[in-house]
Amino acid sequence: MRPFEYERAGSLADASGMMGDAASIIAGGTNLMDLMKIQVMTPSRVIDISRLPDMDRIETHGDGLRIGALVTNTALATDPRIRAGWPVLSRAILAGASAQIRNKATTGGNLLQRTRCPYFYDTAMNCNKRVPGTGCSAKGGSGRMLALFGTSEDCLAAHPSDMAVGLAALGAEVEIRAPSGDLRTLPVTQLYALPGNRPDIETHLNEGEIITAVILPAPRAGTQQTYRKVRDRASYAFALVSVAAVVAMDGDTIAEASLAFGGVAPRPWTDASVNAVLAGAKAENATFERAAAQLVPDAAPHEETDFKRPLLRRTLIATLREATGLAGRVDTARTASAGGMQ
Amino acid sequence: MTEIFRMNEAQPRLLDETRQGLVGKPLDRPEGPKKVSGRARYAAEGLPEGAAHGVLVRATVARGRVIRIDHEAVRDMPGVIAVISDDRLLRNPAQGMAGAAPCQPAGEVFYHGQPIALVVADSFETARDAAERLPVSYDVQPAETDPDTASEKEVDDPETLGDFDAAFAGSDATIDATYTTDAQVSAAMEPHAAIADWQGDNLTLRGSLQMLRFNRKELADSLGVDLAQVRILSPYIGGGFGSKLGIGPEAVAAAIASREIGRPVRVVMARQTVFDAVLRRTETTQRVRFGASADGSLKAISHDDLVSNVPGESFSEPVSQASQFLYGADGLSFTQTVARISRTPTGSVRAPGEAVGMLAFECAMDELADKLNICPVELRLRNIPQTHPMTGQAYSAHGLADCLRTGAEKFGWSKRAAPGTRIEGDWRIGMGVASAARKSMLVQSAARVRLTGDRAIVETDMTDIGTGTYAILGQIAGEMLGLPVDRVDVRLGDTDLPGASGSGGSFGANSAGSATFLAAKKIRADIASKLGCEPGELTLQDGIARGGNVERPLADLVADEIVHEATIEAGDTSESHISAGFGSHFAEVAVNQWTGEVRVRRMLGVMAMGRILNEKTARSQALGGMIWGIGAALTEAIEHDPRTGHIVTRDLANYHVASHADVPGAVKVEFLEERDDMGNPIQTKGIGELGISGAGAAVLNAIANATGARVRNFPALPDRVVAAMEAAGV
Repeated sequence: MRPFEYERAGSLADASGMMGDAASIIAGGTNLMDLMKIQVMTPSRVIDISRLPDMDRIETHGDGLRIGALVTNTALATDPRIRAGWPVLSRAILAGASAQIRNKATTGGNLLQRTRCPYFYDTAMNCNKRVPGTGCSAKGGSGRMLALFGTSEDCLAAHPSDMAVGLAALGAEVEIRAPSGDLRTLPVTQLYALPGNRPDIETHLNEGEIITAVILPAPRAGTQQTYRKVRDRASYAFALVSVAAVVAMDGDTIAEASLAFGGVAPRPWTDASVNAVLAGAKAENATFERAAAQLVPDAAPHEETDFKRPLLRRTLIATLREATGLAGRVDTARTASAGGMQ
Repeated sequence: MTEIFRMNEAQPRLLDETRQGLVGKPLDRPEGPKKVSGRARYAAEGLPEGAAHGVLVRATVARGRVIRIDHEAVRDMPGVIAVISDDRLLRNPAQGMAGAAPCQPAGEVFYHGQPIALVVADSFETARDAAERLPVSYDVQPAETDPDTASEKEVDDPETLGDFDAAFAGSDATIDATYTTDAQVSAAMEPHAAIADWQGDNLTLRGSLQMLRFNRKELADSLGVDLAQVRILSPYIGGGFGSKLGIGPEAVAAAIASREIGRPVRVVMARQTVFDAVLRRTETTQRVRFGASADGSLKAISHDDLVSNVPGESFSEPVSQASQFLYGADGLSFTQTVARISRTPTGSVRAPGEAVGMLAFECAMDELADKLNICPVELRLRNIPQTHPMTGQAYSAHGLADCLRTGAEKFGWSKRAAPGTRIEGDWRIGMGVASAARKSMLVQSAARVRLTGDRAIVETDMTDIGTGTYAILGQIAGEMLGLPVDRVDVRLGDTDLPGASGSGGSFGANSAGSATFLAAKKIRADIASKLGCEPGELTLQDGIARGGNVERPLADLVADEIVHEATIEAGDTSESHISAGFGSHFAEVAVNQWTGEVRVRRMLGVMAMGRILNEKTARSQALGGMIWGIGAALTEAIEHDPRTGHIVTRDLANYHVASHADVPGAVKVEFLEERDDMGNPIQTKGIGELGISGAGAAVLNAIANATGARVRNFPALPDRVVAAMEAAGV
């Protein structure tokens, strides 16, 4: 590990003022510390915002909620208001990491966690995200955890967050504070920059900007909400593919659906045209197949990622069958992945 | 050296006669409180005064030669003490029971990730940073990293009996199926670590090692020093699973560095280094062929495999080990091919051979049962041989049939439905069975037992890798000497003590347990003599000796210490008989018809594994093995980079051992009462590895029963299950 300066910010303004090229904000540190130990990230200065006051609150915000950036994943997932009004968010969070990590990880940090592409994590391998311009070792390498959508010639990595996928399906926004103290908001899906030729630039945050909160819109009453994550073991693994679904039914017909997809793109992936296929359609496999056909690309950017195409199609169908009640009751709790059965 | 007891004939079942009542009981492990309260000192703990920290540097090419390591580039970094690039550094850990230095390649690189230097610094962080920055230049040579396409393949002479081809051709029904398994790692929780400390010309090494008698020789040989100069301490080990059988690069590097800088040196492998540089389990391709008559009698058995290792490494995964004695046939044939490639070298990982070999073999047996439309349990029962099919040896004790029948009844096997017909919502439910088999061995082992009054001490360089050695040796000595277990102190993990088998190959309890038994038996003879009775008349219980109408407390009778040492080794019975643990595994799974996710709902293992010394620690090992079986069936897979061969899944977030959520609450183990008279004088069999042997196959067979589709590439990851279901049109 490289030596670094540790600064404890007294205020957000203080934190913004200390930021610079070689500085990293630390809150829960669940990802940053790992990356610093293996020297994938080597900040010369670490700015600790974890003790800033009032940022760990979940407050009423109009008809929705404002979630402070320092609210832990555990606190957010277990909050009774969240579980009642925005259950897909609770389920998405609980599908990620482990209890110990969720106890420490924060809302802001979860959004800004780095990819788990193994080539990003290995300093012996080239990575444009880690060292711009060095090339992408994932191309021609091992491709199981790479993305289907939004990739570029320079980067095939996927964003690993589950929470962000739940937030995307809910249409949540991120509150961002500029060094001037001005606040702006962005939809969660627009927080992230696609890699293009600068995969090292992962968000649309400007210099010195800090995520201060996540804003949830009013709860959508009467919706079925499901988060379905398919992975290489039953817990504590990153998504191969995941689907967050918020579905409003009108009898046998889907009145409205909002879907988001994880493990398949450099950001929580959404596709309005898929939601449009579902809106007003009968809840049946044929409808879900049409939605999947609308979503799933004809080819994968990496041959070892190709399995995600059928898996995404199938997971989308499975999720919609759950959300619309077609899957039927399953009488063993063990068969459900976290957030599975409604 | 005391006289060596050779196991030439069956021995009296003395442990069934003794009165203390310790053997077999589910006693807690005596060191447990120390372990859970942080007082058990593991290899990397308790840093000596003035210790420096070493971090291994890895090669970042797959094949070639190190041209230059630029020591100067990091030497001026504050805190850096030395860069060691000594020709004695190891390419990889020694294989189990090698007793000599492993390959010391002196700058030649055989795989990406190979340790090529050690950076020593005042702090671990500085050493790691300097190791990261250290410039190394290579003469890069072309590397082959794919076992399938490797140009160098060694095809062993087939092991055969009868005429397989003729028997296969003359069969009513045949199976010819090819399976693959991904490479695996041991994934012990404690990373490999060593603290080396020279006092003059004498080295004390604290390590995390499984087989000290061998490790000491390996370390001395690696360093080029006399055996007498080397002492190894390894009292507590945070899991081994084969990965700590032999001396490793961390230990030799620490010893070289400590000698060079004149300070104690600690080397702890980072988790990524454990993946890079510790022996992995090979990937395998296995072709299994069965021929049978219509009634299910096997006519022909063949199990051929392709495995890999680096050039020059002698180990090859014994894939068909159990296949050679599990079922009988007229013609049998087993051929192994070893591909020489540049990947992390392979070695013993949890039940080498059976853990992957039985996945394929027992799945093929299931495929045969399907084809013949015979119940898979019944098919196995019909093919249990009377003697070893290849050697003609008698079985010492053979519990497979009982295990299959008992398991089928307790599991509710009769409720198993036709493939693909049991449906709950989007989930398909199925049951599977597999046989379990693992050869049981006796390895030369010595132990010393001391008795003073009513307190005994057991001393041996045997290790406890979490399996319960402290517990069982105390139970055996207490049982033999008539002492409560808290009156027996067990001292392990020090090469100054009598040399034992070490922990590996499931032979530790057989071997070190028997040596302890024999040493205590000698003390019993002395006590009988003091009491004035024949040893056969003596009873010892709760510190009281009785015999020949005399009763004396040991506290009076044994005022002066009685010390005996005993050494045991295999003898004639290992030639005349095959000793093996047998069992049956049953599993019920749910498979999501859309996503291919598999959830194990319940499992049952029924095992006949000789005398059980401690019902609790034995059960823990059996359960652990079955859980590893779930991992082998469903989750564990190393991914190798196709260009460099290096392990891409280099940490425990990306290498997936079974998590809690993968393991159902209902995993049950039943032991069938058994005595293995031909195995050793305490009538035990190896326990540690039987639990994994076949367990994964039961899960995989349950998937086939659930879905009607057969996965043949293991582990059965969701996409592989999906592909199998799509191929089968289900």
